[in-house]
Amino acid sequence: MSPVLHASRTKQASLAERSEHSEHNPLSVHAVTVAYHRKPVIWDVDFDIEPGRLVAIVGPNGAGKSTLVKACLGLVPRAAGQVEFWGGSYATSRSRVGYVPQRESVDWDFPVSALDVVCMGRYRKIGWCRPVSRSHKRAATACLDRVGLADLAHRQISQLSGGQQQRVFLARALAQEADLYFMDEPFAGVDAATERAIVAVLRELRDEGKSVLVVHHDLQTVRTYFDDIVMLNMRVVATGPVNEVFTNENLHKTYGGRLTLLSEAAEAVARAGAGAP
Amino acid sequence: MNFSVALDLFPLLSGLLAATTCALLGNFLVLRKLSLMGDAISHSVLPGLVAAFVLAGSRNSGVMFLGAAAAGVFTAVLVEIIKKLGRVEPGAAMGVAFSVLFALGVLLIEQFARQVDLDADCVLHGQLEGLVWYGHPETWRDAFTPQSLAGVPREIWTQLGMLAGAALFVGVLFKELRIAAFDAGLATALGINASAMHFALMVVVAAATVASFEAVGSILVIAMLICPAATARLLTDRLATQVWLSLAAAVLSTVAGYTGASAIPALFNLPAVSAAGSMTVASGVLLVVAIVAAPRYGVIARVLHRRSLARRVLIDDLLGVLFRQREAGEPESSIQELAAAMPGRAVPEAVTLATQAGLVSRAGARVALTEPGIERGVDIIRRHRLWEHYLVERAGFRPDHVHDPAEVLEHLETSPPEGPVADPHGREIPSPPASS
Repeated sequence: MSPVLHASRTKQASLAERSEHSEHNPLSVHAVTVAYHRKPVIWDVDFDIEPGRLVAIVGPNGAGKSTLVKACLGLVPRAAGQVEFWGGSYATSRSRVGYVPQRESVDWDFPVSALDVVCMGRYRKIGWCRPVSRSHKRAATACLDRVGLADLAHRQISQLSGGQQQRVFLARALAQEADLYFMDEPFAGVDAATERAIVAVLRELRDEGKSVLVVHHDLQTVRTYFDDIVMLNMRVVATGPVNEVFTNENLHKTYGGRLTLLSEAAEAVARAGAGAP
Repeated sequence: MNFSVALDLFPLLSGLLAATTCALLGNFLVLRKLSLMGDAISHSVLPGLVAAFVLAGSRNSGVMFLGAAAAGVFTAVLVEIIKKLGRVEPGAAMGVAFSVLFALGVLLIEQFARQVDLDADCVLHGQLEGLVWYGHPETWRDAFTPQSLAGVPREIWTQLGMLAGAALFVGVLFKELRIAAFDAGLATALGINASAMHFALMVVVAAATVASFEAVGSILVIAMLICPAATARLLTDRLATQVWLSLAAAVLSTVAGYTGASAIPALFNLPAVSAAGSMTVASGVLLVVAIVAAPRYGVIARVLHRRSLARRVLIDDLLGVLFRQREAGEPESSIQELAAAMPGRAVPEAVTLATQAGLVSRAGARVALTEPGIERGVDIIRRHRLWEHYLVERAGFRPDHVHDPAEVLEHLETSPPEGPVADPHGREIPSPPASS
């Protein structure tokens, strides 16, 4: 047996050893570490997402929530660890995974209409080098309708309110027709109507058996909106059903600065890296 | 001017080809806020040209082209590296990369290629006027005979090929270029690698720069990468339309610039100026015209919009005052009374405008609301008092602090939420007019 094959077998085995890993799970994150300029941002992170669950990632600023999402999608390089989608790699599951980046991550003055943006969710289905056909535009319009913006389909995106822009992003994710969604702070700075619309769509997705991982800031709404939670502060402090895990003790661990020793160690790693040749 | 096929056709065509090629690609540079990239690449091809000359030992155009294209790509890579490792903004990275590489090119010339005639003037302005059609045909029917075609300058063929290549690149990958420019994260997550798209664009820009600048010079290339796309951006909010408009702007500035290069100095009995320079100026003038006169984003449109808004606010405020007077049992007011109630405002102008709109009627110096005026007055006062209610009940303002903010809010398109029948000061909030 070649050493390469052997190595990959061992890797598979180590994932399979953990009882919660299964091919039915949309997402399995195992021992993932990400570092910027050698400083670990997330360190040895493990968790799983089951089908049909709404999952919140919470944690203080700089806890690595967005980084974790980007690491899962291969947008930032992982220093270590594996991420599996339905037991396979991201490359084989791309079309089943949807992504809503932070609203501030794009230029809203870009010369496109709301419908153009939603159509982008279908680019993978459309395929390389082919124009957006009428049937894809119809599907995208239906997604805009689902978030209550059908009337604004042809409006330029800078003329939408912040909440409407966030709903356009949500419609674009719906247009991806994925089975697992990553949403980076969809509730940040939106009006009450948009928040209700987003929650309604999240519940519809869950009822269709899909899972959504949401980077979330508002601890007050965690219990009403989500089934499961990942409490993150560079490490996973706790993960599981909200009603079991979302306790004062875990909140204190996540937000209370109990991990200062770990932060200091991370700084030391970065310094050692900077000093090394 | 007298158009001469031998003397004018190819300079004009070469200008058109360069302008349209650069304008096409410039759309994506402007959108990615990388306009300076054309500047960077067109300067840093110099060391590439010299290195190619030194390595190949000849001025063979194919070799020079490869050297320049390689230097262009190298610049794009270098800018990324400086940005990432130096942690500086893109503009600084591009500035550093192109000035250092250009200087390196100059040093290389001094060291290795003194004998080569590399004219700085030629680099700046190109040699459009040198594109003469030797053995040009006498009639259009003869234009495609072998000996006519043999006289077509090599630059024209290169530029034609380049325009076709750029058009193919943008046409086929339009949707991929759009998503990579708009949302690199989603593009990459979907499998359209945004940084690969970026480098592909840089390769094409580098090739276009090199293919164009021999004939038209670097100044025109830089201008055409920025001005037509920036002009088009002011005229539309759709990317596809913007691309077509940028091509139109490129053609317009080329033709106007070429004609103007000889026609305008001739008015003053002066010799013709550089055609490439003149086209560059024309593209800048066109951009200025768009900045001033664009239908939505132009200066004039904004001024007009602001003025019509100011007039509407002025009329609304007049109607508000008249309506309050009416509530107080004074259906008519004199201009003096109104002026006292609206200090610092152009009351006579407001009365004139409102009279023209049929909202008030005048009898001598007395002013009264008409039926439509009452209807609109009800609407304004209703909004004003609902906003006051909202500010007190929902936003925690003190009742004596809400009049001034409500004076502003009443003019918004956004309606206040429904409320009770009395405002925080105990005044009646009128019901909406029956017609609405």
